[in-house]
Amino acid sequence: MHDEHDHDHDHGSHLSEVEVRVRALESILVAKGYVDPKALDLLIETYETRVGPHNGARVVARAWADANYKERLLKDATAAIAELGYTGRQGEHMVAVENTDAVHNLVVCTLCSCYPWPVLGLPPVWYKSAPYRSRAVLDPRSVLADFGVTLPSDKEIRVWDSTAEIRYLVLPQRPAGAETWSEEKLATLVTRDSMIGTGLAKSPAEAS
Amino acid sequence: MNGAQDMGGMMGFGPVVAERDGPVFHAAWERRAFALTLAMAGPGGWNIDQSRAARESLHPAQYLAKSYYEIWLAGLEKLMAERGLITPEEIAAGASLQPGRPVTGVLAAGRVESVLARGRPTERAALTPAGFQVGERVRARNLHPSGHTRLPRYVRGHVGRVTHVHGAHVLPDAHAAGLGEDPQWLYTVRFAAQELWGEAADRTVSVAVDAWESYLEAV
Repeated sequence: MHDEHDHDHDHGSHLSEVEVRVRALESILVAKGYVDPKALDLLIETYETRVGPHNGARVVARAWADANYKERLLKDATAAIAELGYTGRQGEHMVAVENTDAVHNLVVCTLCSCYPWPVLGLPPVWYKSAPYRSRAVLDPRSVLADFGVTLPSDKEIRVWDSTAEIRYLVLPQRPAGAETWSEEKLATLVTRDSMIGTGLAKSPAEAS
Repeated sequence: MNGAQDMGGMMGFGPVVAERDGPVFHAAWERRAFALTLAMAGPGGWNIDQSRAARESLHPAQYLAKSYYEIWLAGLEKLMAERGLITPEEIAAGASLQPGRPVTGVLAAGRVESVLARGRPTERAALTPAGFQVGERVRARNLHPSGHTRLPRYVRGHVGRVTHVHGAHVLPDAHAAGLGEDPQWLYTVRFAAQELWGEAADRTVSVAVDAWESYLEAV
């Protein structure tokens, strides 16, 4: 993993100042015995490969396919999500909010970048960016427009600013035309953005 | 504190640049900065609220100019320097110039999975009854503490309605200041956009924040 430092960077063969700084910092902290480099590799691997929006997609697909599960999810999301094995850091206290014909939900963290890691992984760059954090609470329809999403002008929009350790998962509306689909196949319709509220679930036509 | 991190309602940052299938990290150093930050919390002995406070207390011009993981890196260096875990000379030299301080809680690779799976729940036993109930109207107090807080500026002074009561949770203001957990009742409070942003705001929009009891007052 260390060898990649030289290769996958925009600046070509020379190392950027911040790249040099982080490398040096890591070597100092390892030399002092504060960090185990193998633990660093494992932390990175966890969030690059194992924990991501595919977890949340399974939760949503289960809720679409199983009315009892959906009821549990909306009542106690932490416990319902743990049923599928997703627990822990930055998902200790989960709340699921349901999109309906009348209501659309949108999640933001204006103060930093709070995000439900166990179900969505680490947040995308735009979620952490000033344009999103500043405007999601002021003018959510214009933010949705940046994502190419236009909702009916009379649809209620509920924004959730994650200012404590409660983490929000949007339960998107189940698209029409997938009534006979298996839970596994339904999960392919669930995008990361649909679970944040900056997108909608894919239609069966879009997924194929 | 009223720092640059408190962005709700600011203008002029331009459009959101959506990225559908981007990589988790956009440079190799971001991976290491992320992992170092997670791994150092144990031996460093700081909590999540102290981490956030370290990032937020960057000069606003720096906070706005830095990328996300550059902010994390600056916060990490600050937390370590404050505790004497690393010296400014070592950061400048890019090398360890003296032995490490004795620390506990070094994150061994074998503990990563269990530590992440457990997380750090913030709910605590409530010692008092909840001061507010679901459905009640409350005002976000007009507070401007110089230390860490999680009450965003854009709701201060405004009236909303309690939609959830979450139990007692660690109070970030106290926790960041090293004053213990001081758990307080935590609520979700929803505000009409017109209450927050004036009559010209969209009637169909509302915004909820999670707010501790001392952030709120009865109307």
